[in-house]
Amino acid sequence: MSDDVLRIRTPISIKYQYSAGPRVSSHLLGLMDGRFVGKRCPVCELVYMPPRNGTCAKCGALLGEDVEVGQRGTITTFCVVNVPFLGQTIKIPYVSATILLDGADMGMQHLIQEVDAADVRMGMRVEPVWRPREEWQPSLENVMHFRPTGEPDAPFDSYAGHL
Amino acid sequence: MREVAIIASAQADNTSTTTSTPVEMLIPVIQQVLANASMTKTDIGFWCHGSCDYMTGQPFSFVSAVDALGAWPPIIESHVEADGAFALYEAWMKIQTGEIDTALVFGNGRSSSGDINRILTLQLDPYVVGPLWPDDRSIAAMQARACLESGVVTERAMAEVAQRSHRNALTNPKALRRGDHSIEALMAAQLVADPLRELDCPAHADGVTAVIIAAGDRARSLAARPAWIRGIDHRIESQNLGNRSMTSLPSAALAAHKAGVANDKIDVAELHAPYSHQELLLTSALGLSESTTINPSGGALCANPMMSAGLARFAEAATRVMNGTADRAIGHASSGPWMQQNLVCVLEGE
Repeated sequence: MSDDVLRIRTPISIKYQYSAGPRVSSHLLGLMDGRFVGKRCPVCELVYMPPRNGTCAKCGALLGEDVEVGQRGTITTFCVVNVPFLGQTIKIPYVSATILLDGADMGMQHLIQEVDAADVRMGMRVEPVWRPREEWQPSLENVMHFRPTGEPDAPFDSYAGHL
Repeated sequence: MREVAIIASAQADNTSTTTSTPVEMLIPVIQQVLANASMTKTDIGFWCHGSCDYMTGQPFSFVSAVDALGAWPPIIESHVEADGAFALYEAWMKIQTGEIDTALVFGNGRSSSGDINRILTLQLDPYVVGPLWPDDRSIAAMQARACLESGVVTERAMAEVAQRSHRNALTNPKALRRGDHSIEALMAAQLVADPLRELDCPAHADGVTAVIIAAGDRARSLAARPAWIRGIDHRIESQNLGNRSMTSLPSAALAAHKAGVANDKIDVAELHAPYSHQELLLTSALGLSESTTINPSGGALCANPMMSAGLARFAEAATRVMNGTADRAIGHASSGPWMQQNLVCVLEGE
């Protein structure tokens, strides 16, 4: 029995070439320029930011024109992360929030910092903190995190349709 | 048993590479198949999708495909980690339950996202064979060598399959590869995985196929001549290559028997045999005679869009029944090393 093979390691490695597609590319190029570029659905006219796979999930349509949305946004919903996990790089507790940028119809997920987790709330107004320009990549990681702007909270009705 | 028929299909042009996302590739084909059937989204009772996350390299990538459907108001949908033809089999069974009368089935894959011959290695047994990293061509070449040495096939017969496939593809605008090659030229071509030559191997492609099936009178109201599914059967052989015959396809023979292939003559057979020698094994297993036209589309040698090549065979066979060029046809899909899985469907006009 002692000579039986009980475990083997079989490493796997495959290389992929990721293609963002023409519609998401304009969004990624916008990020290289410090801008948030979403896309409008030609059927229901909702503005997707980011533009998912280049498609409107509601209509099953290819997204149309570019729409540059605002830098500031509103926290529509959030969660406080209290659980440590392998590979964690941010000190807990921290807040992951869905942020509805001004002019967008879909929230996007990002990190909230520079505020106590206990003070984060629905309706809180936030703005991005960009990394130094020389570090920019075609990625939402160009934004380190969002932080409160200090503006009065957005009224619930202003984002109730986007939850 | 409820009567079910294929009533419409659509395919993307097969391409060797594409910059669109898989979801962007789906939308025009989904819209086309609905238009071909004069149906809208709300006419579809069930949506069933075949794809493979290993091809995109993204876990749960199949979920994003729902974006192509427009899932509002809510739809009923399902997914198989397999060729779209196996999604059609699930949809056919769903119609048998009586819950639905119509289904839109689709399969898609972008072979160009990675090295497809290496990605296919991951379907092998992960303990004994997979860690040796034999690629898809090498595995197929072992089988071809065994077939040649046992006398089940000849190199000339393999070249004849390649010749006929590439000639047939001359009239298929969706094909990736086509041409008029002499047997001598084919047999003199360089070996890529002894005894296989390039044109014995599948033309891996990025592609999409969508098909609509419907039950009974609903099918009759949607198409002038529906392609009725008179028999459909799926059989699987051992994953352990050591337990497999290298020179015959018992699962295909059994599926053909259960699907009733031999009940009457077959006019057209669209077979998903990725390699030339595999088509010879398959025609033998299915018991097809000289009178059957094999792969008028050119088959997988001329376009093998992974995860939709099998469903494309169903679409090609159904099209020939629907337009009256065939009364009785076979749509066939396979999957796995040495065609481990075989799905055989008999389609008839009324």
